Amino acid sequence: MEKMARVTTALGGNALTGRTMFCHLDAPANAISVCRDAAQVVVAGRNIFKIYSIEEEQFVEKLNLRVGRKPSLNFSCADVVWHQMDENLLATAATNGVVVTWNLGKPSRNKQDQLFTEHKRTVNKVCFHPTEVYMLLSGSQDGYMKCFDLRKKDSVSTFSGQSESVRDVQFSIRDYFTFAATFENGNVQLWDIRRPDRYERMFTAHNGPVFCCDWHPEDRGWLATGGRDKMVKVWDMNTTRAKEIYCVQTIASVARVKWRPECKHHIATCSMMVDHNIYVWDVRRPFIPSAMFEEHKDVTTGIVWRHLHDPYFLLSGSKDSTLYQHIFKDASQPIDRANPEGLCYSLYGDLAFAAKESLVSSDSNRKPYIGDRRHPIFFKRKLDPTEQFEYISSCSALSVFETDVESGSMDWFVHTAKQYALAGRPLAELCDHNAKVAKGLDRNQVSVGRLLLQGLGAWKGLMGSCPTQVAQTWTMLRIIYSSLGTVASTNLNHSMGKGSTALPLMNSFNLKDIPAGLGSESRLDRSKGESRTENILMDSSSTLINNEDNEETEGSDVPADYLLGDVEADEDELYMMDHENPHAEEQEYSLPQEAFPLRHEIVDNPSALDHLQDKADSPHVSGNEAETVGQGRLAPRQRQRGRDGVADARGVLLADLHLPLALREPPALRLLQPHRAGHAALLRRAGRRADGRVRAHRAGGAHPQGDRRADAGTAPGGSALPCWDPVGWHPARDWGTSLLLQPLSGRL
Amino acid sequence: MWGALLCAVTWKVPGHGLPLGLPGQEPGSLSAVSTAPSHLGTGQERSVLMVVKMSSSDPECPQFLFVKVLASRGRLEAVTQQMGYHPQYLDSFLKTQHYLMHMDGPLPFDCRHYIAIMAAARHQCRYLVNLHVLQFLRAGGDPQWLRGLEFIPPKLRNLNEINKILAHRPWLITKEHIEKLLKISEWSWSLAELVHAVVLLAHCHALASFVFGCGCEQDEGLGGRGSLKPLSLGNQCFCEATAGNSCSQELLRINRKRSLDSCMELDSLRERMQRIHVETEGRDEMRLLQQDREEGLSPLADTDGEVTGATNLACYMQDPDFGYQDFARRDEDQTQVFRVQDYSWEDHGFSLVNRLYSDIGHLLDEKFRMVDGLQSSAMAKRQGCEPSVFKRGIWNYIHCMFGIRYDDYDYAEVNQLLERILKVYIKTVTCYPEKTNSEMFDRFWKQFKHSEKVHVNLLILEARMQAELLYALQAITQYMIS
Repeated sequence: MEKMARVTTALGGNALTGRTMFCHLDAPANAISVCRDAAQVVVAGRNIFKIYSIEEEQFVEKLNLRVGRKPSLNFSCADVVWHQMDENLLATAATNGVVVTWNLGKPSRNKQDQLFTEHKRTVNKVCFHPTEVYMLLSGSQDGYMKCFDLRKKDSVSTFSGQSESVRDVQFSIRDYFTFAATFENGNVQLWDIRRPDRYERMFTAHNGPVFCCDWHPEDRGWLATGGRDKMVKVWDMNTTRAKEIYCVQTIASVARVKWRPECKHHIATCSMMVDHNIYVWDVRRPFIPSAMFEEHKDVTTGIVWRHLHDPYFLLSGSKDSTLYQHIFKDASQPIDRANPEGLCYSLYGDLAFAAKESLVSSDSNRKPYIGDRRHPIFFKRKLDPTEQFEYISSCSALSVFETDVESGSMDWFVHTAKQYALAGRPLAELCDHNAKVAKGLDRNQVSVGRLLLQGLGAWKGLMGSCPTQVAQTWTMLRIIYSSLGTVASTNLNHSMGKGSTALPLMNSFNLKDIPAGLGSESRLDRSKGESRTENILMDSSSTLINNEDNEETEGSDVPADYLLGDVEADEDELYMMDHENPHAEEQEYSLPQEAFPLRHEIVDNPSALDHLQDKADSPHVSGNEAETVGQGRLAPRQRQRGRDGVADARGVLLADLHLPLALREPPALRLLQPHRAGHAALLRRAGRRADGRVRAHRAGGAHPQGDRRADAGTAPGGSALPCWDPVGWHPARDWGTSLLLQPLSGRL
Repeated sequence: MWGALLCAVTWKVPGHGLPLGLPGQEPGSLSAVSTAPSHLGTGQERSVLMVVKMSSSDPECPQFLFVKVLASRGRLEAVTQQMGYHPQYLDSFLKTQHYLMHMDGPLPFDCRHYIAIMAAARHQCRYLVNLHVLQFLRAGGDPQWLRGLEFIPPKLRNLNEINKILAHRPWLITKEHIEKLLKISEWSWSLAELVHAVVLLAHCHALASFVFGCGCEQDEGLGGRGSLKPLSLGNQCFCEATAGNSCSQELLRINRKRSLDSCMELDSLRERMQRIHVETEGRDEMRLLQQDREEGLSPLADTDGEVTGATNLACYMQDPDFGYQDFARRDEDQTQVFRVQDYSWEDHGFSLVNRLYSDIGHLLDEKFRMVDGLQSSAMAKRQGCEPSVFKRGIWNYIHCMFGIRYDDYDYAEVNQLLERILKVYIKTVTCYPEKTNSEMFDRFWKQFKHSEKVHVNLLILEARMQAELLYALQAITQYMIS
């Protein structure tokens, strides 16, 4: 560990000191638990059961509880818990269904004490009563919870979960008789320990298994639950009906939740799959973790705060066979890396823009987005004196600009789709052709917000957005990627010459919400990002003008065509330069080949049976279409089905957007594939948030299809931890019109 | 609102002159149902006149599902008919299959069907191959591909390796296999595509087991001389779903008569069940497999039962000699036993598959839960034991054959619960379905109703599918971690 901070905290006499440290275990851990003195930790797993003492600089192995020649399955632990009153008492849940207690005070090597073999299936969880020394509770896969009195040989009472597997059981900290149990079917039950016949109350907390729960250490009514549906929910149990008061969306199924001591709203989580990090969330700010520990190389299986009253030391065990002590000072703060603004066009020309509030604060009549009681991405907060680190305090605003109904006709889009050529001719010809097409369609469209785009450093959506620009872009592409020599100069003039007429800004938009003086203001505010962008712009423009090997520029974040707005005055010059450097050979261009055609038609409805009827004809169409898009042949003759207009358009949009990437380097097109693949399907399931980072907003109500459900999530496509653009319209044809995605926890 | 409507439904016996290029019918309309026969071949279908009670309030009614399928496909596959005995499951199955094959997903449609062909060919399942060849062509697939693996793009051909492994010895799949497919090259797979393909492969392998297990394949190959007569009315037992229907009385009567014949065997089963609780047998699960060996459960001996026409399918296969091998026969130190407690569908598999191929996790989850929840209350009552014990025995036995172990299961139970003849059946259908013969089907558990036999076959289908998925997804997980 490079960054090792030494921390000392006073805990009423006891001082916890230490640093971020770890030790290798012999085997993957399934669970850990800490002794109440905060000086020892027990690690349990299939092939490990050891006690370590937590020293200043390191973990020291104290005791190996796996004794005996032939290790029995009784030692294969799914869970372990250390009694918080008796330092000698431990309990484990074995994968074979046995509950074992261990007495460290035994003089013999074998510390095994009691053996309860009542459960028929794996025991998932064991839990000691917080104040009763002899009371132990277990929850098993067989659907039963059992309460044991350690002075007796058998269980005292059995609670039936009605054949649903029990995933977690937790005694309430304050209510002596109450415990909570979570189930594989998504339910949570509250039981009174005196009444085994029937649960006190039950509610459905998650979609899918609820893996874990944790009672708030101070607030008696709060119960946090974590589920396979990637959510952490906080329930207020004081009311007659359990009320969800907070909900945090993570990016993977939640394996454990643990309230952070002394911080009322903080909770630590880790995941069961794919995501190896430990997050500490402020439940009031659910979209981005407050802190994050990234040390583990495999999933974290156990987390525990080292001391009941110390919020700075977190211990964790993992499948990667390590045991860690994390110090809060060393935590990384994802907010540092979050991109605070973004911009995107929808299919229909609507423009969405999200940014830090400080950038758009001066506007007058902004309507707040209502309908979500949670805070926006980044919200202002008073600095909490107990916090060791500060947040970037800011509030984000999301603005949506609509296209004018009259001028906002999207016909051009469909026309473009039909007339573009993407392969089969030399690149230069293709570009010219497409430029002509784009130009030809430019009747009532006016260049939209180009300056805005540049000021913000966002380029996505540029090419699909407006014909004028597209025409220019095609021309630029042509200049960039092939020589101009063989092309008549009229072509160029035709497509580029009048570009400057586009300058009147946003004519065709109803500005529902225009940040005053946005461009300049943002420049002032964003010193870092902005200057970088501009530098690149400068570079690329000079490269262009020289028209020499410009491969370098192409690799940068900002595409070269981006400079169009800035160099309009130099167009002639640019053209002249190019004209003087003719290239000899023209090769027929075709898009990079894929083994499979890229894509097929998006089918709308995920519910299968209702759409069995579509089956007979849909594969036909989509087969064709997939091929067409994949090969980049979007010839008009293949576009006969009128009702597919929008879907076609979508294909073109993608091709449009990604063509420059594809041209730059062949793999790029492929890289985009998983993103597109994962995107479309899930979003349609409104209400299910498959991924924590994105929350969908409904854009303005004036939309023709405006009354669709707004709340939805989307899953990342192919990669484990994808990066999102800050704002994005959904590409599927139905949602694309009305949905806007906003990243809610930034990049992780 | 119950409206009884009378319609003539013509069941097409699969395998003869598969109707090519069916014109698209008006979806869902009844005219489509009644006109369907005219599109089908002539003379070879059996006409059954039945009263279809359709009710909007009960979409799980099997007839309703049948009509829907028939309307959309123009034919009712034998598999659908068989599964119709368990309509709740059928609904879930059709949903999943439809999603896999026809809904938005990472792979193009023609490739999906081709992958299905490759998977089915591993078990020489001509029924499924024919079905998907047809759909492959309908989806606009290149007919050249049907000439064999040499004629398909290398990308698709590369899948053959894991197809082979997953079909026969899924425990051999490693992260290196995954790595090889995903390695950036001209023919590399994306993770999403790969997961889609893996689910398709597992689905089709397992479905092949079901097809052979229920005799659909025999129908296919031998002109309807199958061991199963799926549509003789007496066999119909629409479980609980149609309990209120007037026809159920008739069914009940027939079934009661049948079950009388097998009372004797039932008694012995009950005895065995009770013995379990008395006997204290060691929990060494390896003994189970050793016993298998001693009993000679492997039906490898009878090779004369080879499916004819295997040569036709050979073009979709490489290394046709690669087949199932007893897991336990291998050196136990070498082969790591797969512990469900360390990698389970609920905790791990679901999350991974759902992340990479949206929504499929939920569909598969529903299917697994559905088959687990299938009630044959009659069976349970007759056996005098908890059906869950019996189901779990079959499930774990199947997983055991693939090297998947449950810490919390006493494998001695399997030997108590499952008589030898049933074990032979399960093992054959699971591991080498192509060697199933009709005799085997008839002999296994005569005392059970047809619907219950289908139930057992569904258990095999799902257990096998989950086993393959677990191995494949674990390999992908390991790839992602490294």
